[in-house]
Amino acid sequence: MVRTRTNIMVCGGTGCLASEGEKVAKNLELIIKARGYAEEAKVIQTGCFGFCEQGPIVKIEPDNVFYVRVGPKDAKDIVDEHIVKGRKVERLLFKDPKEDKKVDKQEDMSFYKKQLRVALRNCGLINPEDIYEYIAMGGYEALGKSLTESSRDDIINEIKASGLRGRGGGGFPTGVKWEITKQQESDVKFIICNADEGDPGAFMDRSILEGDPHSVIEAMAIGGYAIGADKGVVYIRAEYPLAISRLKIALSQARELGLLGERIFDTDFSFDIDIKFGAGAFVCGEETALINSCEGKRGEPNYKPPYPAQEGYWGHPTSVNNVETFANIPPIIMKGAKWFSSIGTENSKGTKVFALAGKINNVGLVEVPMGSTLREIIYDIGGGIQGGRKFKAVQTGGPSGGVITEEGLDTPIDYDSLLEVGSMMGSGGMIVMDETDNMVNIAKFYLEFTMDEACGKCAAGRIGTKRLYEILNKITSGNATMADIDALKQLAYMVKGSSLCGLCQTAPNPIISTLENFWDEYLAFIKDIDHPQGEGKYVDKNKDDSMLKS
Amino acid sequence: MKVKSLDELKKIREESLGKVNLRDAGALKGDNIEILVGMATCGISSGARETLTSFVEKLAKAEINNAKVVPVGCIGYCHSEPTVQVNIPGQKPVLYGKVKKDKVEDIIQSHIKDGKIVDSLVLNIDFDRA
Repeated sequence: MVRTRTNIMVCGGTGCLASEGEKVAKNLELIIKARGYAEEAKVIQTGCFGFCEQGPIVKIEPDNVFYVRVGPKDAKDIVDEHIVKGRKVERLLFKDPKEDKKVDKQEDMSFYKKQLRVALRNCGLINPEDIYEYIAMGGYEALGKSLTESSRDDIINEIKASGLRGRGGGGFPTGVKWEITKQQESDVKFIICNADEGDPGAFMDRSILEGDPHSVIEAMAIGGYAIGADKGVVYIRAEYPLAISRLKIALSQARELGLLGERIFDTDFSFDIDIKFGAGAFVCGEETALINSCEGKRGEPNYKPPYPAQEGYWGHPTSVNNVETFANIPPIIMKGAKWFSSIGTENSKGTKVFALAGKINNVGLVEVPMGSTLREIIYDIGGGIQGGRKFKAVQTGGPSGGVITEEGLDTPIDYDSLLEVGSMMGSGGMIVMDETDNMVNIAKFYLEFTMDEACGKCAAGRIGTKRLYEILNKITSGNATMADIDALKQLAYMVKGSSLCGLCQTAPNPIISTLENFWDEYLAFIKDIDHPQGEGKYVDKNKDDSMLKS
Repeated sequence: MKVKSLDELKKIREESLGKVNLRDAGALKGDNIEILVGMATCGISSGARETLTSFVEKLAKAEINNAKVVPVGCIGYCHSEPTVQVNIPGQKPVLYGKVKKDKVEDIIQSHIKDGKIVDSLVLNIDFDRA
């Protein structure tokens, strides 16, 4: 048998598949076979490369050539030119818009230069449907090492020392959460992976599960061992079919190798993972609502305390951690807390994955060390604003966050400094707006979202978000007076202060921060003067308009 | 088969490395040896494809992990195909001509392992490209 000399890595993330990535892979395979190179060159579908703007991505290894926007028809050229004759297909290389030259190596692209991939380490590098590739990259060694060489306290201390904080948005120290759960006295404990990624425009967790599902499985087993749980649950929204199918494949492969199941690594530790599907409600990302939904109840939050760590899934101590948090665990165990805490800022260690979206040139998934500035992400990695327009604001933290303007661009990104400038880390959605966006409409967009997603359990959330949306609607339709803006402001703080859970406590944030930063745009609607910037019109998505007008 | 110990896992890792070693080498920066094989039409017709696969196979057999074999376009010496260029970091690139697959072993043993250029195969051309 001839040894494989070339790997053709084709991005198999949802983004690239949506732009015919599947067909690209199929065509490549067919043509390679037809040319008689089937043994020398192998096509491998990987997870997300992150450069979604330029998808579908095809990378040739070991030549290290990175092709972008590859269509099904380009497969022929790639095989006939590159694979057979060793000539790069120039027209498919990425063209750096700044320097106006073609770049063929991934590491030379400005999009990748400032990135540091820890959670995404295997995305785009391995076939997520093959456990052996994960193992070849050092996978499951962290689990083996933990079970056979470390005590449960060792692991918790290591994670605590690393300074890892929850990546779902809250930023609670993961080691502390595990420690509290471990300290509870109970025969039955659970560890839950929160894959209910609900922020509009965020797809970090989906990409990790699609590109490297084993890293999450391994980390859940490590966590289960540390806190004393023998059962894990992945709560994932049903609208992530690809992530679900890859996760299922990964779970069955792990069971086959005995990396899940009874007596893992021949120790007393047994562990297995179930999948629970969510219907994609935003509130179910909140941990108590998530647990209710897992139990088959309505996805509504409970009052805390008791925290899930004390009384969670079916009343037992439960640790709920985010997908990206889990993906960071194996590297911490293998490379040590010291290594991890050397990355990042004083109170925020490690890296963070962001989903860049909106009016930015390089839409995609990026992972940067904490402490990078927004300017670096938007201009260096993101390639600046589309069409050369002017930057206006960036919304971090999804509907719970706020807008950051030009002045805040040099803020180093970590949990605390984002709070200081009136936004938050959130799960990592980053939506960039340019000068043509009207900020009142942006606030209205987010309120429409939270109004739809508010579960209805507490009055402040159920009625408050609706009224906020109505006032915004009144403003943008030009019928409002200054009194309405006062009412808006007052109500915003009221909802913030009196809602039951994090969702509606943070729902008014987009209003509060746009009022603060873009007061003139609100004013323009009231005084019926020309809008200083922006489109000023908003096409209503809600069909329920008649109710609003009455 | 169930994995019962860390050693067993490491064994599986060893066996699986072949699946990803092409990519690992690609991710390494700077310090790996590049073996460029000219794969133009004349190269292929004089056996460059066999030379290339033979390099891949023999490097793996010799357990040399810091070298990657890359097919490239026409180098321009059709009279001496197949041509192979060996780039060792920090050294002047060496261009070999008429490297049929039976010459591959020589280049690996002498040049890549021991650092001695195989004089009989060298094409004596001055070129500045790396």
